[in-house]
Amino acid sequence: MSDTPFVANRRQFLATTAAGVAVAGLPRFAIGAPKRIKVGLMLPYSGTYTLLGNNITDGFKLRLAELGEKLGGVEVEFVRVDDESSPPKAKDNAAKLIVKDKVDVLIGTVHSGVAEAMVQVAREEGTLTIVPNAGSNRITRELCAPNIFRTSFSNWQANHPCGDVVLKDGHRNVALISWNYAAGKEMLDGFKESFVAGGGKIAKEFLPDFPKDEFQAYLTEIAALKPDAVYTFFSGGGALKFIKDYAAAGLQGKIPLYGPGFLTDGVLAAAGPAAEGIKTTLHYALTLDNPVNVKFRESFQKATGREADVFAVQGYDAASLLAQGLTAVKGDIGAKKALYAAMEKAEIDSPRGKFTLSKSHNPVQDIYLRQVKDGKEVVLGVAAKALNDPATGCKA
Amino acid sequence: MASLPPLRSGEGSGWGQYPASPGERVRMDAAYYLIQILNGVQYGFLLFLVASGLTLIFGIMGIVNLAHGAFYMVGAYLAFWLDSVTGSFTLALLIGVPVSVGLGLAIERFGFTHLYRRDHLYQVLFTFGLILVIGELRSILWGNDVYGVDVPPLLAGSIPLTETQSYPIYRLFISLACLATAAGLTGLIRYTKLGMMIRAGASNREMVQVLGLDVNRLFMVVFGIGVGLAAFAGMIAAPVNSVHPGMGDEILIISFVVVVIGGVGSIKGAFFGAMLIGLADTFGAVFLPEAAGVVVYALMALVLVWRPRGLFAGG
Repeated sequence: MSDTPFVANRRQFLATTAAGVAVAGLPRFAIGAPKRIKVGLMLPYSGTYTLLGNNITDGFKLRLAELGEKLGGVEVEFVRVDDESSPPKAKDNAAKLIVKDKVDVLIGTVHSGVAEAMVQVAREEGTLTIVPNAGSNRITRELCAPNIFRTSFSNWQANHPCGDVVLKDGHRNVALISWNYAAGKEMLDGFKESFVAGGGKIAKEFLPDFPKDEFQAYLTEIAALKPDAVYTFFSGGGALKFIKDYAAAGLQGKIPLYGPGFLTDGVLAAAGPAAEGIKTTLHYALTLDNPVNVKFRESFQKATGREADVFAVQGYDAASLLAQGLTAVKGDIGAKKALYAAMEKAEIDSPRGKFTLSKSHNPVQDIYLRQVKDGKEVVLGVAAKALNDPATGCKA
Repeated sequence: MASLPPLRSGEGSGWGQYPASPGERVRMDAAYYLIQILNGVQYGFLLFLVASGLTLIFGIMGIVNLAHGAFYMVGAYLAFWLDSVTGSFTLALLIGVPVSVGLGLAIERFGFTHLYRRDHLYQVLFTFGLILVIGELRSILWGNDVYGVDVPPLLAGSIPLTETQSYPIYRLFISLACLATAAGLTGLIRYTKLGMMIRAGASNREMVQVLGLDVNRLFMVVFGIGVGLAAFAGMIAAPVNSVHPGMGDEILIISFVVVVIGGVGSIKGAFFGAMLIGLADTFGAVFLPEAAGVVVYALMALVLVWRPRGLFAGG
């Protein structure tokens, strides 16, 4: 081919040139607006938190469907990873989605330990990440970053208002009990901050190891201490057992029980009358009567056959947040600065009520006071309006 | 009870649990300690019930049944399901126990039988596989939610012990059930022909076979009983526990600790081991809260130093 390069390739040359001219004459699409984005879902699809992972996913998909299967005019392709709520596997799972699957947006996760590891990978790689549950304070404090957003809550937010609630109810001497792990301690600390600042006294703080659920010894001690009230955080199986054991030990009604909403969420049906009277604070309640929530509950029930919950709401709002951002940049997922700015300024019309995002990208939202009455979560009022997590240590 | 002196506020986040020295602790009177002993003993009873099946299988068949916790969970979920279907907890027990025993028999007949000629490791691996399979089946059949089982109305009351604390009658019932089981098991092993065959088969399998006894059928029966015991424990404890996916794993470790302390294969050992653990756990939580999680294992280490084969090894 080398002795007569031009002559022998002339036909080829002409063909290529013709093709080039033809392509040059075609109408151009904007380079930065792909027709579809890849959303990586890093959630628990097995183990204790399976229901939460599924509800978050279905909440997200419900919102997507409401917006015509497009977010900001762009279609969505999902990649799923079951994080198994396992912190040791978190880095690998996040890396798989970000580096191997090259997702544009990462949505995850439920377990705070997993989320913290995931967020660290996302910060390094600069991938847009929305956390639809994990409440670890650190995520929007020390670990905050321009590309990290949260549509759920911080542990501090869910518990801080309850300190004032307990004081207002006239209780000055409170016993605390929770599991000895990061989430448990953050929950109790959030409560302690406002309670002690308002003049309350901590009678005693019990921290059994996670996930120990033999509470009899602690209940006996609480009964002997006779505090005005007990503040507690447990979730899932432990929460149900604690509520039942508390009632069986005769403490229900004698020493009022308070906690963040996670104490009662999801276990009311199984707990039955043992849960009556428990007051909790949370950024959502199923019985909120704003029109968005009413419609959301109906649609979710219809789409999945399951009752909605706070996790579904958080997934739903993650899609809303992403949609608002993408609409502002006309679907250009690559225009990061503009996208993040738009998401920061977003006002989400959520089933929980309207909320905005703080500078550290945590929701600024109302925290409701709820009480269990007749097996249902009744909203007594707003415990704290537009509560903003202090974001200590966030340098964004 | 006498009114108690006010305590100092807890110190900040994390541990802040207790006053500086034990002497400064709240002055709890005798009633308090008695109730804590009651708590420890009752927890011990429950642990015994759970561990009895494990030690039986371990001692007689030489199999480390890692799936023991999974069977416990199966019992709990069966209790939940049968109770919600029939509306009666008693009926749930009456149906559930034979079903679990049958499950054990089937697993032994179709699974273990093929592995006896192999190394013990294969049997252990098989039980590990059982954990995974049972877990998935549970997930498919009943999902991953947290369920509760109501205490049967007859036993639902509480006996007031102090002005603030009552003791649930159902927990006393559990203790009674455990005592009955302990008596039944001991009677079975010591005084029946089946018990004699079990003990013989455990000491010298080949000789028993030479003597014409069907050791394979024997082991099938033992495994069935062991699984039945685990499931029964899960069922009877279901009203005071929550029925949730992780419950099998949680109970497994403590069951092994009980068995190791008590001596492998010994029902008496399992009983005393369970009592020891129950009391240690309860009082550990009260007196050594920062080390509460370790108390049980420290106790195990101490016992093993004193009696390497457990308290009642071999009997």
